[in-house]
Amino acid sequence: MSTAPTAEVVRREENYLNVSYGIRSWLLTTDHKRIALLYLASVTVFFFLGGVFAVLIRLNLFTPTGDLVSAATYNKLFTMHGVVMIFFFLIPSIPAVLGNFLIPLMIGAKDLAFPRLNLASWYLFNMGGLIVLYSILSGGIDTGWTFYTPFSSVYSNTHVVSTIFGIFIAGFSSILTGLNFIVTIHTMRAPGMTWFRLPLFVWTHYATSLIFVLGTPVIAITLALVAAERLFHLGIFNPALGGDPLLFQHLFWFYSHPAVYIMVLPAMGVTTELITTFARKKLFGYSFVAAASLAIAVIGFLVWGHHMFVAGQSAYAAMIFSLLSYLVAIPSAVKVFNWTATLYKGSVSWATPMLYGLGFIGLFVMGGLTGLFLAALGVDVHVHDTYFVVAHFHYIMVGGAVMGYLGGLHYWWPKISGRLYPEALARFAAIVLFIGFNLTFFPQFILGYLGMPRRYHAYPPEFQVLNVLSTAGASILAIGYLLPMAYFIWSMRYGPAAGPNPWPATGLEWLTPSPPPPHNFDETPTVTWEPYDFPNRPDLKYPSPVVAVRQLGPTPQEE
Amino acid sequence: MSEAHSALAEQFRDLEQQREVASLGMWVFLVTEIMFFGGLFLAYAVARFLHPEAFAEASHHLNVALGGINTAVLIASSLTMALAVHAAQVGQRRALMGFLTLTAALGCVFLLIKGIEYADKFQHHLVPGSAFSFAGPEARPAELFFSLYFAMTGLHALHMVIGVGVVVVLLVRAWKGRYSVQYHIPIEVAGLYWHFVDIIWIFLFPLLYLIDIHH
Repeated sequence: MSTAPTAEVVRREENYLNVSYGIRSWLLTTDHKRIALLYLASVTVFFFLGGVFAVLIRLNLFTPTGDLVSAATYNKLFTMHGVVMIFFFLIPSIPAVLGNFLIPLMIGAKDLAFPRLNLASWYLFNMGGLIVLYSILSGGIDTGWTFYTPFSSVYSNTHVVSTIFGIFIAGFSSILTGLNFIVTIHTMRAPGMTWFRLPLFVWTHYATSLIFVLGTPVIAITLALVAAERLFHLGIFNPALGGDPLLFQHLFWFYSHPAVYIMVLPAMGVTTELITTFARKKLFGYSFVAAASLAIAVIGFLVWGHHMFVAGQSAYAAMIFSLLSYLVAIPSAVKVFNWTATLYKGSVSWATPMLYGLGFIGLFVMGGLTGLFLAALGVDVHVHDTYFVVAHFHYIMVGGAVMGYLGGLHYWWPKISGRLYPEALARFAAIVLFIGFNLTFFPQFILGYLGMPRRYHAYPPEFQVLNVLSTAGASILAIGYLLPMAYFIWSMRYGPAAGPNPWPATGLEWLTPSPPPPHNFDETPTVTWEPYDFPNRPDLKYPSPVVAVRQLGPTPQEE
Repeated sequence: MSEAHSALAEQFRDLEQQREVASLGMWVFLVTEIMFFGGLFLAYAVARFLHPEAFAEASHHLNVALGGINTAVLIASSLTMALAVHAAQVGQRRALMGFLTLTAALGCVFLLIKGIEYADKFQHHLVPGSAFSFAGPEARPAELFFSLYFAMTGLHALHMVIGVGVVVVLLVRAWKGRYSVQYHIPIEVAGLYWHFVDIIWIFLFPLLYLIDIHH
C-alpha cells in the first residue's frame, strides 16, 4: 500500500498551475486547463448575479401583494434571472469548465485542437457578459428571457438591443467551443482510444457540441433580426409589416429547446462517470448510453413546437410535436435504467460526488416525468405558463444541470486543484442542497397545478403558504451553494494533497499527476483497455489510501 | 512522425494531424454558417409564402443586370481561388500571389457593384423605415421583401468583406514565403470559406432577383 503524497511533493512538481505566474500568464494562456479555470471564475460570478435576482424574486413573492418591488421591476428581475442563468451560467457551466479541462485529458491529448480559439471563446463570453451587465446596470430588460415579438421588437422600452447584442456575442463563444470539442474528439484521440473506449463524459460533450454548432447560429440570427427590427425597422417578425411573429417563436425554440439538452446532456455525462466509479462496476450498456446521448441531441431538434401549443400553430403540428416530445423520453429513460442497472449489486459508496450523482437521477426523473405532462397536449393547455412549467424546468436545469455541475466539480476537484475538500462538510452541503432544492421547487408544481401563472409579481392570498415554503427553501438552497464555494477556496490552500487517482477511477485523466503537468501527459498514453473496467482492476479499490486516511478514517484493510 | 516544422503547433503530433484538424474545423464552421443563413432563408420562405404577389412585384425593382454581373464576378473569383489553392499545392509562390490578388480584386468588384445597387435603393426610397415608399396596395409586404433583401445581401456582403480581408492576409503571408508544398492548409481552408460565400450568393440571386422574371 503506497503512502499518500505529501503537500511538499505537490508543490515541487511542475504543473499547469505553477508553471508560470502573474496575471499575463493567465490572461494570455492557451492551456485548456487554465482556460477552464478562467471560465470557472466567470460563470461563478454570473451564477451569483443570477442568484441575486432569484433571491429578489423569491423575496417579492413572500407576500401575495408583491410588496418588495413594482410590477415593472419584477418583470425585469425574472428576465435578467433567466438571461444570466441560462446564457451565462447553465449553458457554459459544464462544457466550458469541466469539458474544457477534461476532454483533452480524457482522450489523451496535449490540448484542444484550437487552443487560441479556446481562449478567444472565453474573451467573447466575457465581452457578451459585460454587455449584458451594462444593460442590467443601465436599467435592465423586461421581455422575459424568451424575447417574444412583437413585444421585444416594437413595444418594450427597455435595453433589448444591448442585451441581445451581449447574448449574440456570447453565442459565438458557444459555437466556437462546440466546434473545438467536435474537432478535438474526432482528431486528437490518443492511440488506442477508439470511439467506444471514450468516457461517456466525452460522448455527451460530443452530443452537446452538435447542438452548439447546429442550434446556436439560429438563435444568433434570430436575435440579430429582432435587433434589426428595433434599429432599422426591418419587419420580418412584425405583423404590421406583413411579418410573422410566430416565426420568431419557431426560430427561438428551434435553438432554445435543444439548449435544454446543452444544459442537461453534460450533466448526464458527469453522472455516468460518478455512478460507475462509486458503484465500482462496469457501466451497464455503454453503447446504449452513448447512443442515447446522440439520440437526445437529434430528437431534441424536432420537438420545439411543444412550447407553442397555445400559440396558434396548427392542431396537426401540435400533435406531431407532442408525439416527438414523448420520443425524447425514450433515450432519457434508457440512461436512467442503465444507471440503475449499474448500481444494482455494485459496491455503492456515499462519497460526496455520488450524492450529487444520485441526486441528479432523482431530480432528473422528476423533471423528466413532469415534462411528459407538458408534452401531452391536453394537460399542457391546462398548466401552460403556470408555475408547473417553472417547477418542471427548474428540476431539469437546477436539479439536473446544476447538480451535475457540482457533482463534477467535487469529483474532479482533486484533479483540478491537487487537493481534497473536507468530505464531511461537503456531504452536509450536498444534503442541504437537495433539501433546499426540493423545498423551493416542489411547492411550485402544486402552485402551478392550482393555477398560479408564472411571471406575475402578485398572487391571490390562498397561494401564500406554498410561496412562503418556496422562499424558505430558496434560502436553504443559497446556503447549500455558498458552502462549496467556501470550502473549495479553503481546500486550495489547506486541503490535503489528493494524489493522481484519489477515488480511484479508470479514466486517462487519473493517470497523470494532480494537478496535471502543462502538457497533460509526460508521454502520450496508448490505450489498451476498455472503459470503466473496474472488475478487472483489482488495483483500484475504493476508498483509495489517500482518501481513506485523510477523510474517512482507516480503511477496513488497515483496521 | 514527420519532420519537425516551424508551422507545427505544439498540441499536434505531426503536420498531417494539424492539416486534418484545420480542414475539419473549417467544415464544421461552414455547417454553423449554413444554420446561420438558414434562419434567414426560412424567414424568406415564410414571408414569400404569405405574400407571393408582393414579392414578385418588389423583385422587379432589383437590377437583374447588375445582379447577373455580380454572379459572374463571384463565380470567376471562385475559379481564381481554386487556382490559388492549386498553385499553393504545387508550391508556385508567384502564381499563388497572382491568383490571391485576382480573387481579392474580384471580391472588391462584387462589393463595389453591390454598393452601387444599395445606393440606387436609397435614392428610390426602397430602404425599409420611415422613408420607404412603394406604389400600390402591396407596400407593406414589399417593405418586408426589402427587409429580407437587405438582411440577406447585407449579411452576405459582410462575409465577402471578411473573405477579402482573409485573402489579403494570406497574400501578405504568401509574399513572406510562409507557405510551401508541405504547409499550405490556411490557403485551402480559406478557399473552402470563399466557395461557401459564393454558393450563398448562388442561392440569393435567383431567390431575390429572378422572382416571376417573365412579367
